[in-house]
Amino acid sequence: MTPYLFILLSFACLFIGCSGEELVVFGAMSLTDALTEISERFGEVREVKVHCNFAGSSTLQRQIEKGAPADVFISASPKQIDALQGEGLIYEDTRRAILSNRLVLVAPVNSPLAMTDVGTLVQDSIRRIAIGEPNSVPAGIYGKETLTHLRVWAAVQPKLIPSADVRSTLAYVESGEVDVGIVYQTDAAISKKVRIIYQFPDSGHSPIVYPAAVLRDTGHKVLAQAFLEYLQTAEVAAIFEKYGFSVVN
Amino acid sequence: MLTAAEVSALVLSIKAASLSLLLILPPGLLIGWILAKLSFPGKSLLNTVVMLPMVLPPVVSGFFLLILLSKRGPIGGLLFRFFGLEIVFSWLAVVLAISVLSFPLLVRGIVTAMEAVNPHLENAARTLGASPLKVFFTVTLPLSYRGIIGGAIMGFSRSLGEFGATMMVAGNIPGKTQTLPLAIYNFVQIGQDLSAYRLVFLSTLIAFATLWIAERLYIKR
Repeated sequence: MTPYLFILLSFACLFIGCSGEELVVFGAMSLTDALTEISERFGEVREVKVHCNFAGSSTLQRQIEKGAPADVFISASPKQIDALQGEGLIYEDTRRAILSNRLVLVAPVNSPLAMTDVGTLVQDSIRRIAIGEPNSVPAGIYGKETLTHLRVWAAVQPKLIPSADVRSTLAYVESGEVDVGIVYQTDAAISKKVRIIYQFPDSGHSPIVYPAAVLRDTGHKVLAQAFLEYLQTAEVAAIFEKYGFSVVN
Repeated sequence: MLTAAEVSALVLSIKAASLSLLLILPPGLLIGWILAKLSFPGKSLLNTVVMLPMVLPPVVSGFFLLILLSKRGPIGGLLFRFFGLEIVFSWLAVVLAISVLSFPLLVRGIVTAMEAVNPHLENAARTLGASPLKVFFTVTLPLSYRGIIGGAIMGFSRSLGEFGATMMVAGNIPGKTQTLPLAIYNFVQIGQDLSAYRLVFLSTLIAFATLWIAERLYIKR
């Protein structure tokens, strides 16, 4: 009986164990590298544990709506935060825009593709275009806006390979299974296996802004607010900029 | 009642599962017969390999398929070079993924059914001069067809429900590779819960029907 009890108690400890304050941050997939680094720093400075959950912003929105225990949400577009605000799931006064990004077209690094203008997308040399799911994934929504604005959306639609988040799009391009992919400048920057072949004009889509807010369900509102304020310090701005983001003032 | 996207997912699923079943039935019968009727060294190894996709996480099976079938992989590379075929993210990838994943269920049904055929009957046919092929088609097969159909139905419904491996090798492309489970996932992701509900209901209905038919076939035996 004793070993059984011991095992049972060990398991119980696993669940109760961590007693210090913890912060759970839900972040858009494109923030993975930058936010991981920043969270670690914040954790050291404040002596707390920060857990990050990265996924497509729309997935995170669903998770929050279904009651996922998160304190802070940073989305890759205002759409998700707007929806949560409408449902009363965020503290409106904590909402702020923290970052901006740019949309680019990437190809595998050894691809011979050259892109002079967006018309190349329509040609037969490009058979598969990876893009975030164009109705829910922010990178896909911006991509659809841009391609619509450039009047090639209908023509390229049969070539689209939709993905669940922007990093999956990047992985599809890295694998060489698709000819090109639409990702953020910051995603292109972290991969050695892709190169940027085209920079989409900023005027073609609504501004790529990353809003953040403290969630209504948080048990650590003060700490969560401190985290958001930390995101806007000069120290953190340098980290974001290192990864290619532009910091919004 | 159903939107175009929902219908296309449903049709695609049924088409892919049917084609997959046609593809795996002949090898399934052969391997099932080998496992049921022959004894040879390495038999349990063969059995383990065939059954592996049933216990492996589907995503792992999908990953293996992705490595093999990608343009830079051993099989996908050859197919691309000689036939210009791009399998990953195509409809063919759906069929291949669900074939691999449903194969063990089909084979298990066949093995169980063929093992139950009294070997004395087959021996009698053989002593009367029937060739092994004739014994198979006139004795073994007719006596085990119920179990074979049962296995086929289980495999078919496994195909309809496959998610992880399909997602890995075929992606989630509406109208091309988006099967029922992938469509449900997608609808939940983009917040179209009503579409998800309808497809969930349909899936449950299909699963119930197939299981019920399989059950009836087994009981009647």
